[in-house]
Amino acid sequence: MADLSINFCGIRSPNPFWLASAPPTNTGDQVMRAFDAGWGGAVWKTLGDPIVNVSSRYASVDFGSVRMMGLNNIELITDRPLDVNLREIAEVKKRYPKQVVIASLMVESKREAWHQIVKQAEGAGADGLELNFGCPHGMSERGMGAAVGQVPEYACQITEWVKQVARTPVIVKLTPNITDITYPARAAKKGGADAVSLINTINSIMSIDLDSFSPRPDVAGHSAHGGYCGPAVKPIALNMLAQVAKDAQVAIPISGIGGISNWRDAVEFILLGASTVQVCTAVMHYGFRIVEDMVEGLSNYLDEKKIASVSELCGRALPRVSSWENLDLNYKIVAAVDEQKCIGCGLCYVACNDGAHQAIGARAKNGRTEVEILEDKCVGCNLCSLVCPVDGCISMKQIDAGRPPLTWKEYQRNPNAHTHLAHK
Amino acid sequence: MEELFSEIKPALTQDEALAEANRCLSCFDAPCTRACPTHIDVPAFIKKIATGNLRGSAKTIFDANVLGASCARVCPTEVLCEGACVMHDLHARPIQIGQLQRHSTDWAMAHAMLPFTKGTRRRGKVAIIGAGPAGLACAAGLEQRGIDAVIFEAEKEGGLNTTGVADYKMTAGFSRREVAFLKQSGLTIKSGVRVGKDISLSDLERDFDAIFIGVGLGRVGKLGIAGDTLPGVVDAIDFIAALKQSHQTPVGKKVVVIGGGNTSIDAVTQALALGAEEVTLTYRRKLEEMPAYEHEVELAKKFGARFEFSLLPIRIIGEGKVQAIEFSRDDKVVRIDCDMVILATGQKPHLPFFESLPNVRIERGSVVVNEKMQTTNPKYFSGGDCVSGGKEVVNGVADGKLAAQSIAIWIEGKHG
Ligand SMILES: Cc1cc2nc3c(=O)[nH]c(=O)nc-3n(C[C@H](O)[C@H](O)[C@H](O)COP(=O)(O)OP(=O)(O)OC[C@H]3O[C@@H](n4cnc5c(N)ncnc54)[C@H](O)[C@@H]3O)c2cc1C
Ligand SMILES: Cc1cc2nc3c(=O)[nH]c(=O)nc-3n(C[C@H](O)[C@H](O)[C@H](O)COP(=O)(O)O)c2cc1C
Ligand code: SF4
Repeated sequence: MADLSINFCGIRSPNPFWLASAPPTNTGDQVMRAFDAGWGGAVWKTLGDPIVNVSSRYASVDFGSVRMMGLNNIELITDRPLDVNLREIAEVKKRYPKQVVIASLMVESKREAWHQIVKQAEGAGADGLELNFGCPHGMSERGMGAAVGQVPEYACQITEWVKQVARTPVIVKLTPNITDITYPARAAKKGGADAVSLINTINSIMSIDLDSFSPRPDVAGHSAHGGYCGPAVKPIALNMLAQVAKDAQVAIPISGIGGISNWRDAVEFILLGASTVQVCTAVMHYGFRIVEDMVEGLSNYLDEKKIASVSELCGRALPRVSSWENLDLNYKIVAAVDEQKCIGCGLCYVACNDGAHQAIGARAKNGRTEVEILEDKCVGCNLCSLVCPVDGCISMKQIDAGRPPLTWKEYQRNPNAHTHLAHK
Repeated sequence: MEELFSEIKPALTQDEALAEANRCLSCFDAPCTRACPTHIDVPAFIKKIATGNLRGSAKTIFDANVLGASCARVCPTEVLCEGACVMHDLHARPIQIGQLQRHSTDWAMAHAMLPFTKGTRRRGKVAIIGAGPAGLACAAGLEQRGIDAVIFEAEKEGGLNTTGVADYKMTAGFSRREVAFLKQSGLTIKSGVRVGKDISLSDLERDFDAIFIGVGLGRVGKLGIAGDTLPGVVDAIDFIAALKQSHQTPVGKKVVVIGGGNTSIDAVTQALALGAEEVTLTYRRKLEEMPAYEHEVELAKKFGARFEFSLLPIRIIGEGKVQAIEFSRDDKVVRIDCDMVILATGQKPHLPFFESLPNVRIERGSVVVNEKMQTTNPKYFSGGDCVSGGKEVVNGVADGKLAAQSIAIWIEGKHG
């Protein structure tokens, strides 16, 4: 059986699956139940000065019959007294010495305040600290959370303060609500961070009630923008993860977060450079029990691939994340329809005809739509295969373009040698 | 007609299984899991299909039910897991749990996965009488706990899974494959050994710490009316067992099946599948009182069976062979011409064998057990049809599993 244990900047975890700082890590009771279910670690719900929460806090985007494809919240950091949280952290660590407890922290931007909370969290026995520079609502209006994460200088400054007293590894949690995520990541590194985690939630307004005109989640007829997360944000998180992981100036371990629902999602994050992964929405939807399949699925996957340890997977897909100018312009694929599988719905036809390149012919046969790919018109965009409701019915097959690989960079240097591209 | 023998429901394709798995809501403390006598964690194994973790999915199934492969085929899911699915309340089709279970367990069998692993050896040795679902599950449960188990089987390994269940649900060949699959994990079966004849109970008592009785039920037996020994009058259990061995088994042109249970329904559908022209099921009470499942009755109707109710058999008529059978209904005599009568009025218990069991209480033909599946003689445990009087395969498995747990605790206590 493959080795799933992780050494994350000195923090040893039985597996890479951690709970993200959020409602599932509100209390010691929850965290202990999570550890019993198999979670390797938990980032405690962010600690700080007491706050008051509103009632009605979440809203979601459903897709078809699937609920909560995306979730948004206007919740703040923990609303439980600091000493209660600290006592419970100590209790959890005493009972679960092998599992990881990270204290997520957010206080006002004063050195003394940060020094104090760092000492308190470490005093309770936390294995590491996560600085929440990401919360996009409420806290940011008070100069905390994303208000820090969006200004690299502030992020660097606070990380430095923390590092002055911290004895355990310091993870800086980044906000995605910024033009280029590598800037705060570099600032965290400059401030001495041992690792970064990303992403926190994305600014969003979920929906508007068509009768009351109130945005959701509705708080007495009004709402505010909130943080978006869940399966819908995974592609955004993956991109930001790859950007940070490829940045030579960051080069510290990464904990990947954002839309992870199962072991397959987790493997994708790990392949793009995450050493551990954190989960919130999927647990809010289905409970701690989902970790069983995560652990088992990852382990079986590694065994099938004959990979001895999950750490060997880390970053394996990064070399394949390239830039557009390096892609081969002479690589050519066209759509191919498996007539045996085709159910005659005509969706590929209308998609290509109205939304792509008019490369699919259609005619009525036996009351259904029979389609035919016009290979000379097909540009290989994938659209038809994406809309096709039958798995494996439309595949994209590679055809020999009869020309050697050519990138945009090379083409620009010598356009005349490749005039065929101009005709396309 | 041969297609009536092949398993009616084709297996789900990979795409179908994925689509179906993704439809599951993943209920917490799920009604389907509660409805399953072996309490398979259904949402967990289905979620694992959705994530492509088929090995893990099969493990979740086998951890709760080592006969998960046959149960996937033979369980009356309509009244068990699928009957409890919350989709009914949404006016949607219930999740096809049986078919998904088959998807995972088929994968496991095709990929030479082991259904269970033997535990590190502990003290204790247990004799299991009968290699039916109850005996197999009990033996597997004991081996998992590190206790040696030896199964003694008089007839066919797999019990009624091999000789009873209708072919359109599961063939005898598949049942044998499943037994072989279990043997790969390390089950020991001594076949062709009838306890009480080929080996005595006292020998077993001497050589084993505990004994599990999983003998199931016996034949239907005679009706005790005139003519019931005529050629052409057959026992449903023998009839079904024979046709499961060979589809060339002789069948009459006009067949009357007596009895209103699921075995009777199976005899009807199988007689039609063998080529009988007219098959009539007769039952002594009303349709609503038939013990057979509604979905099975519907299926028999689809096969083309006729149903007659409130018919009490009085005599079978014929010279040298069956020619007709007479019933009484409301004090009138009803005669049905036929050349074959299949008796399916309920399996009889193994009474002579039960009488030879020392200090084991038998009530109304069933072995009496406590909630730990222990009989009145503490060394003897029991489960399956010989305790329940005849339920389903999955109940036998649940009993065997529970008995294994109790036997392990009992042996532990005895050895101190
Ligand atoms: C015709 C028919 C169709 C059925 N269809 C279904 C169905 O579709 N789905 C379903 O879930 N259930 C079905 N059942 C019920 C199901 O088969 C039984 O509930 C289940 O097999 C009971 O398991 P068991 O282990 O208790 O007994 P059995 O399966 O009867 O096994 C008992 C075994 O013990 C052996 N034995 C008996 N005496 C001795 C002895 N003295 N020494 C050694 N061995 C001995 C027997 O040979 C037999 O192999 C059906 C039953 C019948 C009769
Ligand atoms: C209700 C809710 C509350 C959250 N509270 C916090 C928090 O206190 N601190 C924090 O760092 N992140 C918080 N998050 C963000 C999550 O930790 C995580 O970064 C985000 O939800 C993305 O992961 P997911 O897609 O798995 O949910 C919260 C998220 C939700 C949904
Ligand atoms: S989940 Fe429902 S019951 Fe629980 S706190 Fe929220 S609104 Fe209340």
